Amino acid sequence: MVTKISPARDYLLFGVFAIAVLTMPVWLAPIGAGYPDLLQKFAIFGLFATGFNLLFGLTGYLSFGHAAFLGVGSYTAVWSFKLLGMNPIPAAILAVVTSGVFALAIGYVSLRRSGIYFSILTLAFAQMSYNLAYSVLTPITNGETGLRVLESDPRLFDSSANADGPLISNLFGIEMTGYAGFYFCAVVLLIGFFIAQRIFRSPFGIMLRAVKTNQNRMNYTGLNPRPYTLAAFVISGMYAGLAGALMCITDPLAGAERMQWTASGEVVLMTILGGAGTLLGPILGAALIKYFENIFSAFNEQTLHEVFSFLPDFLEYPVVSVAGLFVGEGWHLTLGVLFMLIVIFLPGGIMEGVSRIGRLFKRSSSKAEPSGATAPAE
Amino acid sequence: MDVILLQLLNGLDKGGAYALIALGLTLIFGTLGVVNFAHGALFMLGAFCAVSFNALLGLEVVTVDETQTTAWGTPLEVRTPYVEAYLGDFGAWILNYSVPVSILIAIPVMLLVGFVMERGLIKHFYKRAHADQILVTFGLAIVLQEIIKSIYGANPIPQAAPVAVRGAADIGALFGFDPGVIVYPYWRMVYLAFAGVMIAGVFAFLQFTTFGMVVRAGMADRDTVGLLGINIERRFTIVFAIAAVVAGLAGVMYTPILPPDYHMGMDFLVLSFVVVVVGGMGSLSGAVLAGFLLGILQSFASMNEVKAIFPGIDQIIIYLVAVIVLLVRPRGLMGRKGVMEN
Repeated sequence: MVTKISPARDYLLFGVFAIAVLTMPVWLAPIGAGYPDLLQKFAIFGLFATGFNLLFGLTGYLSFGHAAFLGVGSYTAVWSFKLLGMNPIPAAILAVVTSGVFALAIGYVSLRRSGIYFSILTLAFAQMSYNLAYSVLTPITNGETGLRVLESDPRLFDSSANADGPLISNLFGIEMTGYAGFYFCAVVLLIGFFIAQRIFRSPFGIMLRAVKTNQNRMNYTGLNPRPYTLAAFVISGMYAGLAGALMCITDPLAGAERMQWTASGEVVLMTILGGAGTLLGPILGAALIKYFENIFSAFNEQTLHEVFSFLPDFLEYPVVSVAGLFVGEGWHLTLGVLFMLIVIFLPGGIMEGVSRIGRLFKRSSSKAEPSGATAPAE
Repeated sequence: MDVILLQLLNGLDKGGAYALIALGLTLIFGTLGVVNFAHGALFMLGAFCAVSFNALLGLEVVTVDETQTTAWGTPLEVRTPYVEAYLGDFGAWILNYSVPVSILIAIPVMLLVGFVMERGLIKHFYKRAHADQILVTFGLAIVLQEIIKSIYGANPIPQAAPVAVRGAADIGALFGFDPGVIVYPYWRMVYLAFAGVMIAGVFAFLQFTTFGMVVRAGMADRDTVGLLGINIERRFTIVFAIAAVVAGLAGVMYTPILPPDYHMGMDFLVLSFVVVVVGGMGSLSGAVLAGFLLGILQSFASMNEVKAIFPGIDQIIIYLVAVIVLLVRPRGLMGRKGVMEN
């Protein structure tokens, strides 16, 4: 399963990925995705899915409550803005620390069980946080209205604390909106990706894969899986918290709906769509879902008629009315169908599809080449 | 004392709904070994059977009554539903009892839905990992609820209970409390009785019929039953359809209590899963017990006296109980050994 990948190839992969991410505004422009708001989303959800994948892809533990960490990260970031000033760096660091502490507490309890029980436990914790954020914790979370930065907040270390400019996060004078915001998120994503890549290749990552493959055998070898899974859970929670902080850095508002279990479902979907257990897959999945969400939601009957205008009239109307179910308001229907199709036919996600196609080509071109990796004895 | 009794009653009907959904979930899990995240959607589909039936009955014929005029001087238009126009008093009766009558519609519909779902999708997931089962049924649930949303819109659609049971009973007076203290709507009593009958029916079916005996044997050890030459898969398909009917009927009867909207299934599903886990995976009586227990606990937690001591407890009580139960009794309250253990 684990093929040896040389460090040189890893650096090459990282280099290509970094260039691809940083030049996204250029090469995504022709397909209508070259504007900063959407690009920021790509980077943020890519980071979120990468973190989720560290847990689900490597250990196989399916958490249904990861959105809780996203929410915790968001709230921490906004509080950091309110108290310390609008600099994104302390906000991000604090968000990572807080969500890490939360993940440690929740993970310590939830990881006592595995399989579906683990899913239910994480779901229960996430729903508890969501419900509490809406009700009792209103002084901290500002309930339904959402937490935002106010002019009257102290912002201790902010030089512009007394100036009445717009309340936007800024990094030493650079305002974190538009492309500046995107590049900040992109750099964070690259750092996150690099760490994830290191984890994938490290002995620690191999331990996590061992947990997924056969926990019993690991126990018999005298290894206790729990510290490893807990570490993975905490790291993955930190990624989610960081993603939550980035959301607030680009738009300083935190709401409880970010913690709802549908949000947790979304990140599961992104990871599965791209390919759980692969490095690039989750980021690809996140970008695809956010891209199509953006495109499909914008469609309406009018645009559909334009798209299908090449059809004869008697065909055009039924086609448009059927397609109309899947776009605009019905975007979630498309998402559900897509999700089912992926789980049924391509459990490895897009990355599996890509590698299947790749293998087809390889087999036809070089048959003589012996298979490099020896299969582990089962 | 009277307050406690009131909360007990309030918890029972919600507990009834939880118990019915959890019962179906447990049946499916115990027999097919599949974790069905689309079960809440079945509950919702049942509720929308009632909505559709009512909408169908509501089709009106407009007749102009020349003898009467409106305030504007135009002839009065009288709108009569077709059923009433054609069937007379019987039609009016059906209109009045549309919710209970739609059970007759819901049973075949849900049987069909359950059958198609099992043969078309779930069957292929017996051998796959639980994570895959969760994911594919979760996808199916999204699809079903989005279809309903595109047909009926996003707003809840209130359904009326029959006139005869629309009011509320002053139960407190029966037990010698001051009148007006414990008031309980009739329909909730109906629902409670209905839930009791359904639960008893499922248990009787499993306990006293040959079919039920085979199913119970299959739950205990499906391989051996298969070796005895019984086509266990076909029985399990029927069990799935029955579980769908139970969830659907629970949904039909719940419509007068909670106006159905497209995401009611998801709301109930999350809680029902918690119920199943608390009751013990694969234990039918555990599911029923935990359903009522959590329903009652939830309604106790929403008492002002309790909220004053533990603020926000009403929001999290069910999840909190689930966490504690899972940590203290990993198999749930009445879980069997060897079911879903790692």
